[in-house]
Amino acid sequence: MSNTVATVGAGPAKDQVVATQLGRRRKRTDQILLGLSLIATVIGLTFLLWILATLMWRGMEAMSLTVFTDVTRPPGSNGGLLNAIVGTLIQTAIGTAVGTPIGMLVGTYLAEYARDSRLGGAVRFVSDILLSAPSILIGLFIYQLLVLPFGGFSGFAGSMALAVIVIPIVVRTTEDMLQLIPNQLREATVALGAPKWKMIMLVCYPAVRPGLITGVLLAVARIAGETAPLLFTSLGNLTWAVDLTKPMGSLPVTIYAYAGSPYTDWIALGWSGALLITLGVLALNIVARVVLRQKS
Amino acid sequence: MNETTSQPTLETRPPVAASPAKIAIRNLDFFYGENRALKSINLDLPVRQVTGMIGPSGCGKSTLLRCLNRMYDLYPGQRATGEAMMDGTNIIDPGTDLNSLRARIGMVFQKPTPFPMSIYENIAFGVKLHEKLSKAQMDERVEWSLTRAALWDEVKDRVNAPAGGLSGGQQQRLCIARSIAVRPDVILLDEPTSALDPISTLKVEELIDELKRDFTIVIVTHNMQQAARCADRVAFFYLGEMVEVGTAAEMFTAPREARTQQYITGRFS
Repeated sequence: MSNTVATVGAGPAKDQVVATQLGRRRKRTDQILLGLSLIATVIGLTFLLWILATLMWRGMEAMSLTVFTDVTRPPGSNGGLLNAIVGTLIQTAIGTAVGTPIGMLVGTYLAEYARDSRLGGAVRFVSDILLSAPSILIGLFIYQLLVLPFGGFSGFAGSMALAVIVIPIVVRTTEDMLQLIPNQLREATVALGAPKWKMIMLVCYPAVRPGLITGVLLAVARIAGETAPLLFTSLGNLTWAVDLTKPMGSLPVTIYAYAGSPYTDWIALGWSGALLITLGVLALNIVARVVLRQKS
Repeated sequence: MNETTSQPTLETRPPVAASPAKIAIRNLDFFYGENRALKSINLDLPVRQVTGMIGPSGCGKSTLLRCLNRMYDLYPGQRATGEAMMDGTNIIDPGTDLNSLRARIGMVFQKPTPFPMSIYENIAFGVKLHEKLSKAQMDERVEWSLTRAALWDEVKDRVNAPAGGLSGGQQQRLCIARSIAVRPDVILLDEPTSALDPISTLKVEELIDELKRDFTIVIVTHNMQQAARCADRVAFFYLGEMVEVGTAAEMFTAPREARTQQYITGRFS
């Protein structure tokens, strides 16, 4: 071995001219690509800021205390959005409360019990399909399941449609987070004589708590702005309604109805509703990021 | 830490009298799927002594360690046959209650594995699995185990701080404290110092020497000097077989087998 090393020597001399040319070309390519990336960034950000600016501008037009204190009223009678706001809060809360535990249990099953099993693979596949299923399909599914047999649209059906959307999101984040845990931590827990369920509850969950919370917050942000699954389930309600067995209003459905109407005051209120949802989702995203950052 | 100078060396240490076996391993085979990773192992682990296991990577020494607390049960496709008798029962027996077995045989891993909770809770976690103690008794147990692990003086003012904030060496001593808090009979150490700096390594080695008065200890190590310093008896493994076992002095000065001789002098790895 040591013989070969000695006889190789320095090799052929480097051609300085070619090297300089190649270097210049590399620099040029680098500058062109940097320029293209910057242009793309500017275009993307321009549209985003444009949307946000329009939303702020138009949303503030009809923004007043009445938006939060009065329910939706016929055109020209200066109503608010209270019933829609409360409806969204109720349905989002119930959807999250129902979907999160199911999603966490499934995610835990996938990560801790069925990592390499065939059933686990099938569950994971189905869950991922559900994750990318068009949300209007989920609305139609709940319509068949909970609206038709019970004789009418209801806030409960809307909540369940949102829960179905929450489940695959929480499954994904729970499984991903649990898989980040080094196996040594599991072995160390079991080596003390801990049964598996205690290992999961007392060591694994706490180890990834920020990640789990982030997953739930992102799911909340997602369903708070969903319109399609509510159209066939809670329908929308222009009067005060907190009865889960009756049709229930929500911000996205109200925006959908108001924005398509010919009345200027309704359209302005629709913009205000859109601004409210955007600010709410933005706030949730920021909270999610802050929570996740605590990890390090 | 001025005990360093008095740490026994191979030459100064008095010869160990053979003590009765805490665990007697007989004809133990281990399989990863179809692959036979341990071949008919026979080995006695003498009570309240340190048994060192040495050998090149993949020789089966860690695998044997993981048989003794049935860690392999976590993984489908891994199985052991044969006997490892402790106090009249066979550890390998499928009917063995794993949680109570693991309460009697503690294990410390290569990398420190603090739980995501406070130092105090790290110790209390294992104890609570097996005993019901009052707050005062638990305080006492936490202090006792941290003291035994030579960590109490360093952490007594912050036992409620997260364990993740400790240094690597402190975390490893915390893991040892966590194991002894359950008051096992046997402690398995799987390369406990390979992720530690020399000072922390020295502390852990001193600790091992101190702990063997009460516990039967098995240590897997890649470090010959460590085996010579810590172990009363040393077993050499090669390709899934136990080649030979003897006192540390015998193994490092006059091994019977040529393969042992070659390994300890660094001829192959």
